[in-house]
Amino acid sequence: MLILLLAPAILWLLGLIVLPHVDLAVLSLRERIGPREYTPSLAQYRTFFLEPLYWHVFVRTAVMSIISTALTLLVAFPIAWVIAKVARGRGGSLLFLICLIPFWVSETVRTLGWMILLRESGVLPALLVHLGITPEPVELLYHDATLLVGLVYTSMLFMVVPLVSALESLDDSLIEAAYDLGANGFAILRTIIIPHAAPGITAGCIVVFMLTLGNYLTPTLLGGKNSQWFTETIYTQFITRFNWEQGAAFGFLLLALSTLIVWGGLKLAGQRFGEVMQQT
Amino acid sequence: MIPSLPRPAWLRAGTSLTVATFLLFLFLPLIVVAVFAFNNAPYPAPPWRGFTLDWFLGNQALGRIGMFQDTELLASIGTSCLVAVWVTVLSVLLGTTNAFLIERCRFPGKQALSFLMLAPLVIPGVILGISILAFASRLADLADDMFGLELDFLRPGLPLVVLGQFSYIATIATLTVSARLKRFDRTLEEAALNLGASQAALFRTILLPYLRPALIGSAAISFLMSFADFNTTLMLVGSDSPLTVMMYGRMREGATPVVNAVSLFLMIASALLALSLLRRGKAAKR
Amino acid sequence: MTDQKVPDLRADAVAKRFAGHAAVDSLSFAVERGSFFSILGPSGCGKTTLLRMIAGFIAPDSGDIQIGGRSMQGVAPNRRPVNMVFQQLALFPMMSVGENVSFGLARRGIGGAERRKRSEAMLERVGLGGASEKRVDQLSGGQRQRVAIARSLVLEPTLLLLDEPLGALDLKLREHMKIELKKLQASFGTTFVYITHDQSEALVLSDRVAVMNQGRFEQLGSPQDLYYRPLTPFVAAFVGANNRIVGRAHAIDGEIIEVVTPGGWHINAARSGAIAAGDAVEAFVRPEVAILARSRAELPAQQPCHEGTVESLLFDGANSAVLLNEARTNQEFRIALPQTGQFADLRPGERIDFSFAPDRAVCFPARAAALVQDD
Repeated sequence: MLILLLAPAILWLLGLIVLPHVDLAVLSLRERIGPREYTPSLAQYRTFFLEPLYWHVFVRTAVMSIISTALTLLVAFPIAWVIAKVARGRGGSLLFLICLIPFWVSETVRTLGWMILLRESGVLPALLVHLGITPEPVELLYHDATLLVGLVYTSMLFMVVPLVSALESLDDSLIEAAYDLGANGFAILRTIIIPHAAPGITAGCIVVFMLTLGNYLTPTLLGGKNSQWFTETIYTQFITRFNWEQGAAFGFLLLALSTLIVWGGLKLAGQRFGEVMQQT
Repeated sequence: MIPSLPRPAWLRAGTSLTVATFLLFLFLPLIVVAVFAFNNAPYPAPPWRGFTLDWFLGNQALGRIGMFQDTELLASIGTSCLVAVWVTVLSVLLGTTNAFLIERCRFPGKQALSFLMLAPLVIPGVILGISILAFASRLADLADDMFGLELDFLRPGLPLVVLGQFSYIATIATLTVSARLKRFDRTLEEAALNLGASQAALFRTILLPYLRPALIGSAAISFLMSFADFNTTLMLVGSDSPLTVMMYGRMREGATPVVNAVSLFLMIASALLALSLLRRGKAAKR
Repeated sequence: MTDQKVPDLRADAVAKRFAGHAAVDSLSFAVERGSFFSILGPSGCGKTTLLRMIAGFIAPDSGDIQIGGRSMQGVAPNRRPVNMVFQQLALFPMMSVGENVSFGLARRGIGGAERRKRSEAMLERVGLGGASEKRVDQLSGGQRQRVAIARSLVLEPTLLLLDEPLGALDLKLREHMKIELKKLQASFGTTFVYITHDQSEALVLSDRVAVMNQGRFEQLGSPQDLYYRPLTPFVAAFVGANNRIVGRAHAIDGEIIEVVTPGGWHINAARSGAIAAGDAVEAFVRPEVAILARSRAELPAQQPCHEGTVESLLFDGANSAVLLNEARTNQEFRIALPQTGQFADLRPGERIDFSFAPDRAVCFPARAAALVQDD
């Protein structure tokens, strides 16, 4: 019985996760020296560290992802609070449901919406001209701010869901007790709500950060050529240039970055991975 | 703050305003997509040039190809469905066996294994895609070199797309099913055994009906996630494009409102799916 | 403020309605400084609403609440000189015991060292010295209780509100905590306002008890008053065990009413309220008021004598009782067994005589039909 249950799990994890990644690591640690001839080397990683363009894109992707995660948290928190604590009951679950609906539709469709809204010939530029704010249509796509809006929008759900469940589990009487003992709203937020919701906040941030870092669609469509997202670099190496060795190295660097930041975030919040994933 | 604490008027007004702004932010892109599916213009952009159904029903004769005549688009929907069905079946099956493995079995290394099961969620989809692509290609090369076998299914194409999506959607199915199994009241099982049920009968008459909502829920989520997946798919796709990849290609080139028409279609389909699931959920609770 | 005459809590015609039903119906009362005041009532009687109005979590529709002589209208809960011990205690799980106790001090901007000193002194006083660093979930139920009280008392409130804080404890611990609470209140001298549905808690702990029903106070008095001199049938039925006998006033002889049940059993009881011959009445006889005897001759001669059959013996140590059926009407009647063990050998089916002093039984005009509950 145990073998029967264990076999599919092992097959899945080994065949689709562990071995491919080991292979990717091997791939990234070799260099092509002739047709079908390879030698172990650190050349791929050296290229990354010596080429400022790759560096730049890498750091930029990380920083933008962190900013985007922080913004998502700031936008999602008040909404999650309203859903869990202010509206509650039927009103709360209805609001929650409404917030979930857009995410049943694929990211492609949602990105299409933003493109129609923001591009030079789109709805918002036309509206700005109509209102006399700008003399002629301006291009709202391909800015960093646009990219952030798109990224925040795309990952909103993954922040709202863990936050709502974390906040719902907070007993109202704790807030009342704190208030009764003389705390004001800010003190309650700092001493009661945030410590209580910390696992939910960490879970949301990790998932959102990871999704943002690995996003490809939104940066290429909303950020265009200016987006300089690291996943694009990987795609270019792998698919366009067919330089798998270089692409594999970049992939590993991205994985390392994501692991490092997730780990650092957990350390910072004093949380454990397993506990956090329970929240999602 | 919570309703039992005094809330000044500005805070109440601020709350309502925040919620309204947020909902506008959420729905504006979707509304725009839906509206411009009916615009009588060659591009989904203002100004409004009148209502038309061309982007649904148009054909060659009209000079506009509507979504129901767009064979390329229809084929990609078919491809997406095919992939999604495979991914769903595989994920739900594996999710169920994994749930029993995690909740019911004891073996050395279980902790590490359940930890590893979560890994696909924190690996970016692009990397899952390239690692599977590279691994499969190397296996295919190896087979070719050593045995002269041509293993086509290991080359970019639908089988790889299915495997790539399955690699992380299986984790989500596992989490959904095991969450429900964890809440199962073991005394029901003992009662059934006490009343003379065999293990097989127990599974069929007690466990399976209990797990049904989670199985249906994880199937729906798997299907939707597979349908919507882009990152992993892009890396593994061969000549047959699923819908998301097809739409992406067209959006980069500057698409006609036929893409809006398909999108509206997707919105309606997923809304219906969500509603029916919700109904089921409510009925099950009663 | 030091004037002993000013009550710590005063309510004037306080009322609150929820969806058309009066949760608290125009209540007025005062609580003396340093006393232990309980509000006793069944669930849904409005006692929680009243307490939350005092704490400031619910605003009254009308009327005024004064604490320490100051009107609390428009004063937010965190600005009232009142602290509350919540039903589930609401200790902050994210903080240590010491942090819980110093939470309110920190909110007042008191420095770390002073905060530490005061919270540790307070923990010492409630018998939890040295527990400062412990996590809340390391404490037992009784210890948590004391932390919750310490957390409030460290702020030296005019009034401490307690919302059924013993409800979550098991029986043994509850008995123990009752005594502990009373000692704590006596040693701090803080005014306690305590709500509970458990009459034994209210009787044991309080200086004064208000029995609340359907948003009103049925009676406000000392525990002895409530027990021995109930003013309404509700109080008689709710506080302590009682035999309830429903019937009509057959004859009136001064303060003694002769009650006849529909089955024709006659008993005598002291009048409470206006009763005329023929009125529907409810009489109450406490189980410990009646005396048992194997023969009529052993009963006090001047008391009317009744006869019954033993239905069952209810052994409960010092609270043991016998359940009788009155001979003529089969009406159930409960009598406490004397501590001497004299009737320990009673057997079901045995015939026995009993009597009680009419002036220790009480007779009220019957409540409106809707209010009559079978208990």
